[in-house]
Amino acid sequence: MTSLPQPAPAKKLGLVIDLDICVGCHACVVNCKEWNTGGYGNALSDQDPYGADVSGAWLNRIHTFEVVPEGAELVGEAGEARIVHFPKSCLHCEDAPCVTVCPTGASYKRSEDGIVLVDEDKCIGCGLCAWSCPYGAREMDLAAGVMKKCTLCVDRIYNETFEAVDRVPACVRTCPANARHFGDLGDPQSDVSKLVAKRGGMDLMPEQGTRPVNKYLPPRVRTPLAAGADMLAAENTDGASGFFAWLDGVLEKI
Amino acid sequence: MGDQPKIELSQPISDEVRKTTCYMCACRCGINVHLRATPDGSRKIRYIEGNRDHPVNRGVLCAKGSAGIMQHYAPARLKGPMLRTGPRGSGQFKQISWDEALSIASEWLGKVRNDDPKKLAFFTGRDQSQSLTGFWAQQFGTPNYAAHGGFCSVNMAAAGIMTIGGAFWEFGAPDWERTKLFVLFGVAEDHDSNPLKLGISKVKANGARFVSVNPVRTGYSAVADNWIGIRPGTDALLILAVIHELLKARRIDVDYLARYTNAAWLVIDAPGTAEHGLFARNGDGAPLVHDAVTETATPAGTKGVRAAFRGRFDLGDGRMAVPSFQLLAEKYLDEAYAPEAVADQCGVPAETIRGLAAEIARAAFDEEIFVEQPWTDVNGERHQGYRGRPVSFHAMRGISAHSNGFQTARALHLLQVLIGSIDCPGGFRFEPPYPKPVEAHPRPHGRAEHFGSNQPLSGPHLGFPLGPEDLLIDGDGNPARLDKAFSWDAPLSAHGLMHMAIPNAHAGDPYPIDVMFLYMANMAWNSSMNTAGVIAMLEDRDAESGEYRIPKVIYSDAYSSEMVAYADLVLPDTTYLERHDCISLLDRPIAEPDSVNDAIRWPVVEPDRDVRAFQSVLIDLGARLKLPGFVDSLGKPLYADYADYIVRHERRPGIGPLAGFRGRNGDRHGRGEPNPNQIERYIENGAFSSLHIPMEAQFFKHANADYQAFAVRLGFFDKPAPVTFQLYNETLQKFRLSAEGLREPYAPESHRERILTAFSPLPEWYRPFEEEAVDRSTYPYHAITQRPAAMYHSWGSMNAWLRQIHTKNVLYVPAKICDEAGLETGDWAWVGSFHGRIKVEVARSEAVNDDTMWTWNAIGKRAGAWALDPKAPEAEKGFLLNHLIKELLPPAGDGMRWSNSDPVTGQAAWYDLRVNIEKAEPARRSEPHFASTASRTERPAELRYGQEWD
Amino acid sequence: MHPAYSVIVFTTVSGLGYGLAAVLGLGLLDPSQTATKLAHFAALALISAGLLSSTLHLRNPQRAWRAFSQWRSSWLSREGVLSIATFVPLCAGAWLAIFESRHVPWIGATGAILAAATVYCTSMIYASLKSVQAWHTPLTSACYLLFAFAGGLLLATVFAALSGSQTVLMIVATAIALAGAWIVKAMWRVRLATMAPLSTPESATGLGSIGHVRLLERPHVTENYLTREMGFKVARKHAAKLAWLSALLGGALPVLLLVVSAIPPFAPDLSPWLIVSALLSHVVGMLTERWLFFAEARHAVMNYYGG
Repeated sequence: MTSLPQPAPAKKLGLVIDLDICVGCHACVVNCKEWNTGGYGNALSDQDPYGADVSGAWLNRIHTFEVVPEGAELVGEAGEARIVHFPKSCLHCEDAPCVTVCPTGASYKRSEDGIVLVDEDKCIGCGLCAWSCPYGAREMDLAAGVMKKCTLCVDRIYNETFEAVDRVPACVRTCPANARHFGDLGDPQSDVSKLVAKRGGMDLMPEQGTRPVNKYLPPRVRTPLAAGADMLAAENTDGASGFFAWLDGVLEKI
Repeated sequence: MGDQPKIELSQPISDEVRKTTCYMCACRCGINVHLRATPDGSRKIRYIEGNRDHPVNRGVLCAKGSAGIMQHYAPARLKGPMLRTGPRGSGQFKQISWDEALSIASEWLGKVRNDDPKKLAFFTGRDQSQSLTGFWAQQFGTPNYAAHGGFCSVNMAAAGIMTIGGAFWEFGAPDWERTKLFVLFGVAEDHDSNPLKLGISKVKANGARFVSVNPVRTGYSAVADNWIGIRPGTDALLILAVIHELLKARRIDVDYLARYTNAAWLVIDAPGTAEHGLFARNGDGAPLVHDAVTETATPAGTKGVRAAFRGRFDLGDGRMAVPSFQLLAEKYLDEAYAPEAVADQCGVPAETIRGLAAEIARAAFDEEIFVEQPWTDVNGERHQGYRGRPVSFHAMRGISAHSNGFQTARALHLLQVLIGSIDCPGGFRFEPPYPKPVEAHPRPHGRAEHFGSNQPLSGPHLGFPLGPEDLLIDGDGNPARLDKAFSWDAPLSAHGLMHMAIPNAHAGDPYPIDVMFLYMANMAWNSSMNTAGVIAMLEDRDAESGEYRIPKVIYSDAYSSEMVAYADLVLPDTTYLERHDCISLLDRPIAEPDSVNDAIRWPVVEPDRDVRAFQSVLIDLGARLKLPGFVDSLGKPLYADYADYIVRHERRPGIGPLAGFRGRNGDRHGRGEPNPNQIERYIENGAFSSLHIPMEAQFFKHANADYQAFAVRLGFFDKPAPVTFQLYNETLQKFRLSAEGLREPYAPESHRERILTAFSPLPEWYRPFEEEAVDRSTYPYHAITQRPAAMYHSWGSMNAWLRQIHTKNVLYVPAKICDEAGLETGDWAWVGSFHGRIKVEVARSEAVNDDTMWTWNAIGKRAGAWALDPKAPEAEKGFLLNHLIKELLPPAGDGMRWSNSDPVTGQAAWYDLRVNIEKAEPARRSEPHFASTASRTERPAELRYGQEWD
Repeated sequence: MHPAYSVIVFTTVSGLGYGLAAVLGLGLLDPSQTATKLAHFAALALISAGLLSSTLHLRNPQRAWRAFSQWRSSWLSREGVLSIATFVPLCAGAWLAIFESRHVPWIGATGAILAAATVYCTSMIYASLKSVQAWHTPLTSACYLLFAFAGGLLLATVFAALSGSQTVLMIVATAIALAGAWIVKAMWRVRLATMAPLSTPESATGLGSIGHVRLLERPHVTENYLTREMGFKVARKHAAKLAWLSALLGGALPVLLLVVSAIPPFAPDLSPWLIVSALLSHVVGMLTERWLFFAEARHAVMNYYGG
């Protein structure tokens, strides 16, 4: 079962993350923790939670990058650095190395929807799957000794005890900026596929050959304010007297 | 692959969902709290999610709200009432019973009330029950009450109300659906956070432009289409330069100005007299305009008048007057306000300023929108629809927390009015009960004649003076209030000056006090400037008596914050999931532009400790002290607890804390008899009530007859209260006349210069006081805080999840300064101000104003507080800028203790800080470091929350 | 990558064991000698100790049996399966040597081939990881195999010396194998030093089209599993020193000691001591080499963590 499903799943559930709108608020990060610590598999434990060396298992984290234009195509103001908030969780790769390296069959890719999961009862906690993942999508739970990862909220998305509108991953439901979208990336007609097509959705580290299902929408091209600086000048005429003459004219018409 | 594991996909998440209101910050989102039985039979919180039906957050929930579980179960929760046994700061207490605690408190308070009520200083921090706490303080009779607005954002509130009858955040919001340009000034991540994120997302989805003006490009600024990395404290220059450009290009909405503003009101031109610069008024006090048709001075608003915007007119009695708009236009058309003239000060290229002005003009006038919806204005004129100028703005603390913040906020409102974008489609929209003219707010109370032994204060503490005659000063001009609010120091300090309460009480200036009663305000740490100094003041004893200079401190909080160690008596509060609360229209409302909303909290879980909700405790104390309004004529308590008060208290007949489900049958909104089942009705409805505003009342509320009738019907006012936007502000001019010695009461000599500088009736920029006072070459840089979206002020370090995101803070230093000072990421540096210095870890940052270093707010914690390991990174490496910020300005040689605040409103000038920086030896600990306060709380070595349901 | 001692000890010790087993399987030692019998025992003991050590880093070792199931895709599973399979010919060979003092070539050869295959599987656990570019090369397998073989020869030389047998041929073979192994390792290091990074912060974020990407803030301030496991960093200068030291102790010094042991006046009295010293030096050198193997390898995930 650690072999990838053959044929490859037609349905490819995944996330589309919009870097143009993510404000880095960590809502998805914490809501994910909250949902999943009481959900699928073992709890997401935290070690030394009130101490000096606090750390824990999380399935989604937001990195913050500074991007400094260096002769590349300018997006935004010249010479200006910008900040990009970058949420990262499992990308549910089509060629998921974390699945094939697993010696026990605990790590698997679901044939029905492509979700990559860990069957925690089979996990020996060797950590090799985490090594094989270039994205850092897997974190060992130190209390249970099993590997944790994003389940795409598999216990939400099919949950018939929920209203249909809530059958999305917790991170998507909670995102205040609507920067996260969930759907079937295997269906070219799905909303997420159309979004990816429209906005030039990209793969992370395509050179790793993992073929991620999750896509990232790049920040949009921006026009500097200074580009429109001359728009006002054309209507400018002389001083206060000219202004008041104009004002009288306008008041006449009211 | 048939052999893949079968997993349960449709497990119910919980046994019961209870809907209440979040309190992980002041945003007040609706939440669904899922409760689930554990194998041991108890019920625990399984999950907290946003309530999709709620008008504030519409289902989403931020990081803080999502971490509610860890807040609720944090080891830092106080367990029961405590009486101090060791010296202040030692953290040594004994647990006492509530009976004992309440007896002590009522004894202390009762004595003060009898002997000299002003010797109680009652200040509440992030209080969401100010309508109760203010009422209680008024019934107690001390003049010394306020909440934390003075160190938060009073500049924004006061400038807004005095200009347009409302302001940002709780007063209104951008029309996210329709706006074509959204301009955000300064840091705003900490307040109204989910609505702002929802809004920004909508703006971007609609293809509208989002411009951020902020020295630092974090948070929302990161996704802005354009970022203007302005130098702190110069926003007014930028705004006034935009106004200059718009006037020059004639891109203003003259029709809007004529209808809704005081542009045509005549300003008396009589230099050297007591009325110079005041509005010309008729015998009834109505302001006059010059009617171009009849060529006479006529009361503003008279039907058929064509009011002149310029000219110099004889008022008929020999006095001359000019329309206020002429003063405005002449002032801002001056080249002193040209982009080129301000570019260097702002650190923003003139081209960018001009581009911003052009973009505002383009969106406002070229993209004008029209919403077909007939409506009637307050003059009876019928309109076919709402014309929209789809440009909207938002600002909070960023421009507010400067000593020139009031004028900056005024400038921003002025800009919005000039382009006609206030409460129009696509612009900034008011949220009920706003707009509300400044005259409809009360005047402050607290002068000697307003209070006395065992009697209530004769009116509300806080309000808006309309001139120096409304100040709370004695015959000699000395402040009546401890914090010197509404004195010549800070005449329009509508929210008080909480940050000055401890320093003034310690100094006995204007007078010493006996009891300081604080709620939910971390004054011994991040909520005070000069933290070490404030700690010393709390610890300081009178040399002769040996008694503490501030003799008694009562403090209520739910968590063991730094302040707890400085209390003599600790009244432990509940968590937000264990209490009743109301988010009231009488207080800080959560209405939306198109709906009137309020909400409750209710105990969705029972406390497992000996704690009581502060509001119920306050009501209990009120009854013990036999305060009017809390006992009946026989002295029997009127209310069992806060829930009972929420339901039965009436501020005016038919008007209570909650507007929804009033009347015997619960079918009245706004006005109505108390409904004994009101709380149950709220709970059934998801813990909130919402009333849609009819479309014909939704815009131009300041002048919309249908809205005004709606507001009266709901009880916001008892008669219509339309607002005329005040471009030129007469109240400010009255203070100038006092400062010129032309109009009584005269301002003291000591205050005249600063009043003349700061009280310009038309918005003006002046250099922030600290920047003006210090040697700018010695302190060449700015240091400011940004608000992390995942942490609300100091609330969060006790939260096992949130603290992992911000376990410590570093100082982000602009690349330019790094290169000059030889600093690299991971280095340590000394950062100095005129007041003190701190040693901190630094990191390089490129996306920041060249002269501005920054860090996250309130991450640094004192060792031993918040039930953290004293070696926690928050205490070892985290730090506060507060140590660099003095509550007083550098001594000016005049012997005055000038507060480091805006001279108009008393707003704490956090962001005026000027610093220098030099590389330091690597260290393991930031400086200053404080001795650990005793912390006996047991901390688990590991958390496996939710394992019980595996 | 974090240099975990259990894995360093495992690869070093089991490498020696499999190497020795292979040398024994090729019949290079006289099966009738007591020392050779001891050598068979030692090979099995080293292999077992190495495998046991490898289970130390499992967090749920009670389920380790499951690791034999995924041999179709997982190099770790293949290693597990082969390690067990290898025990069959090795035990058989050991039985024959210890109790019957004989060497059966086909059994020995099978053992040697399986031992090599097991070491190859171990190497492929690392070499197959594209996420760790330093390891992702056939040179990694070559190093593992050559080091195992050279170590096995060296160990066999020790046993040959103990038995008083003629060691010159063994010494020559060991010296050649060690030289070969370190030459390949040098090639591995040259590749490490000169390779262009496969993934960069720009490719990791997809933001390269905007500009140079630099981490401003980690997602969480403190260390986490990923940064502890994969964020280990060793200073370049320090690594270079250790690399020289490992080659010196693991290759040059053992060869020198072996050569010296073969020539009078040291031979024959001091020979056993010199040969044992050569072995000890080699082991220390190999442990250093393995530590560096992990410590110097940069994981692609560090593109997200500024490492």
